[in-house]
Formats: sequence, structure tokens, C-alpha cells
Amino acid sequence: MIAALTIENLSKVYGNGFHALKGIDLKVEQGDFFALLGPNGAGKSTTIGIICSLVAKTDGRVSVFDADIDINFPKAKKYIGIVPQEFNFNQFVHAEDILVSQAGYYGLPATIARERAHHYLKKLGLWEKRRVPSRMLSGGMKRRLMIARALIHEPRLLILDEPTAGVDIEMRRSMYDFLKEINDAGTTIILTTHYLEEAEALCRNIAIINDGKIVENTSMRSLLQQLNQEAFILECSDILPADINVDGYTCNRIDEHSLEILVEKGQGINPVFSQLDRQGINVRSMRNRANRLEEMFVKLVEGAA
Amino acid sequence: MTRYEQYVAFVTILSKEVRRFMRIWTQTLLPSAITMSLYFVIFGALIGKRIGVMGGFSYMEFVVPGLIMMAIVTNSYSNVVSSFFGSKFNHSVEELLVSPTPNYVILMGYVLGGVTRGILVAFIVTGVSLFFTELHIHSYFVVIVIVLMTSTLFALAGFINAVYANSFDDISIVPTFILTPLIYLGGVFYSMDLLPEFWANVSKLNPLVYVVNAFRYGVLGVSDVSLPFAFGMISLFTVAAFTFSMYLLNSGTRLRQ
Repeated sequence: MIAALTIENLSKVYGNGFHALKGIDLKVEQGDFFALLGPNGAGKSTTIGIICSLVAKTDGRVSVFDADIDINFPKAKKYIGIVPQEFNFNQFVHAEDILVSQAGYYGLPATIARERAHHYLKKLGLWEKRRVPSRMLSGGMKRRLMIARALIHEPRLLILDEPTAGVDIEMRRSMYDFLKEINDAGTTIILTTHYLEEAEALCRNIAIINDGKIVENTSMRSLLQQLNQEAFILECSDILPADINVDGYTCNRIDEHSLEILVEKGQGINPVFSQLDRQGINVRSMRNRANRLEEMFVKLVEGAA
Repeated sequence: MTRYEQYVAFVTILSKEVRRFMRIWTQTLLPSAITMSLYFVIFGALIGKRIGVMGGFSYMEFVVPGLIMMAIVTNSYSNVVSSFFGSKFNHSVEELLVSPTPNYVILMGYVLGGVTRGILVAFIVTGVSLFFTELHIHSYFVVIVIVLMTSTLFALAGFINAVYANSFDDISIVPTFILTPLIYLGGVFYSMDLLPEFWANVSKLNPLVYVVNAFRYGVLGVSDVSLPFAFGMISLFTVAAFTFSMYLLNSGTRLRQ
């Protein structure tokens, strides 16, 4: 099967001498929902910029569904839909006109362009606002407009550069559902995000980029399995004794009602409850101390530094 | 992209450009009509009567072709420079850059947008001029060709300015400090015969001299420069501007990082 995206030895040195990419290799399979994570300035946006022609590469090879961008960039561009980080549409133009124009740039005749624009405006909850100048839309609506614009020519590869930044939780969840739906329909998706739980919830494979290098490229499942320890916070109804101890587990008393328990890989959590019960302590609620992926991300990035 | 897809992309850019300047017609079409009316009143009707005959015509008849050409030059230039720089400024140019639309289609779309506005304003100014004088066209062929070539040339110049501009100040520097002096010194208001030989020769370096005189020939049948030479010079400038614009787009200068 042809890969949706193949990147080989890609490097980029900006005019000021900054080495943004240091020979990265990446392969995204067709139909994948792929996360590209990294701290600010790691090289995510540069990589995306090169793929969609907004940044000129210094060296290396990029191909999209086997179309090499050095040989047949127009063909590669047809395969790609891009949702950039910043709003990049004319704020004085109506949402519908933005979509119809974008379709025209891909050679779609006006009737088809308008049909598709209507479809995506309805699908993304923008129908009522279609004749409103885009500057009047809320931040979440602008993000959805950019997604609709990226999909108007029905690309095989959708690249989303932090698509849910500034979007409220409810809207974010409906966007997740929509993205899952188009991924299930066969569109390959590459997602960069700062919300790591977003990557964990949506993506099957992941690459972590730091300082212009890929420091991890694996499946989400195997990345999470690398975690050896997980921390839980237990909220108790009773006052915790100062010298509380749970055999076989590391525990830290945070305050008189909160207890942190570290659970090693392979350990169960049930013995903790049994031991606390025997000590007459009732657990009212339990939560993860932090996002697991976040921990792994920090570990990988710090390890690479 | 197939030829048909390229045609669709071209029509999309052109119609977007036309919609843009029609939406803000009070800023794009009306000012030229007002400015040119003032020129006709002041230079043609008031001062012109005292000047008398120039180049064998009344002063009003003499300045009308130059003023129409002035409107074409400034409007075709400013349409492209403001539209393309605006799309660079708000990053909406990225919509085009990420699409498979070939660079020459992008350039043609913007340039023809400028040409369309230039021609539309030419009609408006011509209409206004009819309140002040009668117009008899000497050669429709020369008029049409020169209008198309001139508006194309200055639309291309506007595109080059837009690519290099970093701020809105940069898009007004060229019209203010280069284009306007060249227009005023390009024989809009006087015949080259009035200049001393040295300054008449210096004027031949000014492309506006060829544009204004070729158009005046089309309208009145008189010109200070040879018509074939004027066509040759305008063609040369147009080919150079087109080649340079394509180079800027292909290399991504100031457009791609």
C-alpha cells in the first residue's frame, strides 16, 4: 500500500541560520490518524509548511501518495488539505464565498463548489452564518471554517495544525467526532496539538519531534505502555493519619483528605482500597494525577535535550 | 491541473478581484471620477482657456487623453498592489499558495483584475470628460491596444511592489514618489516640443511618455514620439515586468519562507 506521506532526511535551515529540521524521516500510512507532537519551536509547523509548500526545504525528499513535491507538486497539493494554526482567510469575505473560492483554486466548477460548500457549512454547524463576514464569527467557528475550507476539494490527506486551540470543550468534542468520522471514511489525518489528551483520544500513531529531530515514532499504544508508573489522587472522607502507609505502594499524604498513590506497571489498584478500608479510611473519589501522555512527552523531550 | 481546471482557477481569482473592488467602489471607482473632474475644471476649463492651443488642439482636448491614461495607470497599479499586499498581510494568499493553481494563473488573475478596474475607470473618466469637451477617436485599434498594454504593464508593476512590500506604507511609497512624478513629467499636461532639447531627451527615459503619447495618438492622431517605438518600449517594459513577476512567484520571494 502506498504511504500517505513519506519524508526522508528532511532538513530546513532558515535565512538567519536557524536549523529548524535536522534530517527527519517520517512515514504516515494511508488511513492513519497520526499525531505529530513537540514543544514550541520543535519543527512541527516547519514540517507542515514544507509539505504544503509554504516553506521551502533545504534538503530531503517529501512525497504525498507517491507524488514527489519536487517532481509533481501540483498533484501532491491536490491530495492535501491544510488547517493552519493561524486564521488565514480574508476577514471581510463571507464564509460561503471563502469556501467557493477555495474550491475554485482546485479547479472545481462553481456548481460543485457551491454544493460542497453548503454540505460542509451544514456539517460543521456554520450554515446559519454562511453570509456573515468571517470576521464576525467566533473563534471556534473560524476554526471550523478552516476545516471546511481544507475539506472542500476532498483531500486524501488532512493536516491539522492545532485545530482546537481556543475552542471550548463542547465544540472540541463535536470536532473530535467529525474528525473521527472523516478518518473512518478513509481520509488520512495528521494532527499537531498541544492538548495531549486529544492526541491520545484520536490518534493511532505518534511521532514526537524536538529540536528538529524525531525523538519517538511509534504507535500510541506502545508509547503508553512504556510508562512504568501511574499516579492516582485519592480523595478520602476521613482525616488521614500523618503516618499513613499502604504496603507495596509508594504513597504521599498531600493534605488531611488527599493521598497520592504510585502504581507500578503490572500492579493492580484494588489492594490499595482493601488496605485503606482495613484502616477505616473511606475513599470518596479517585483521579489521575496527570495526563499519562503528557508525562511521557515531557520525559522524551527532556531526555532528548 | 487540466486546462479546464486552470481556467476555473483563473476565473475564480478574477471574479474575486472584481467583487473586491466593486464592493468598495467608493474607494476604488469614485475617487478617480472626482479627481479627474477637478483636473478637467481647473486645467482644462479655467487655466486651459488662457493657454490656448497645444499640439494643434485646444488645451482641454490635449489633456483629456493624458488624464484618461493617468486614471488607467494609477487604478490598474493600485488595484493589484493593494489587493495582493492585503492578501499577504492577512495571510489569505496562503489559500492560493497551497493550491495546485499554477503561478502564471495566479499572476494573470490578479493582473486582469487590475486591468478590469483600469478599463472601468477609463470609461468613467471618459464619460466625465464628455461634459467638458467632444472626443473624436482617431484610431480605435491604437486606443484599445494601448489601454490593454498599459493597464497590464502597471498591474504587473503593482504586483511587484506588493510582493516586496512589508507594510501598508510600502505600497504607497512607489505611487507617491515614483509613479505620480513620472505621470506628471510624462507629457500629460504639455507637449514635449515645449521642453529644451536636453530635458526632452531625458523625458524619453520615462515609460509614461510613450504610454501617454501613444494613447494621445489613438485619440487625437498626434504624438511627440514615434508610435512603433512607443509600442516597442511598452512591450519591452511589459515583458520585463511579467518575467520578473514570474521569477518572484516561482522563487517564492517574500511569499514562502
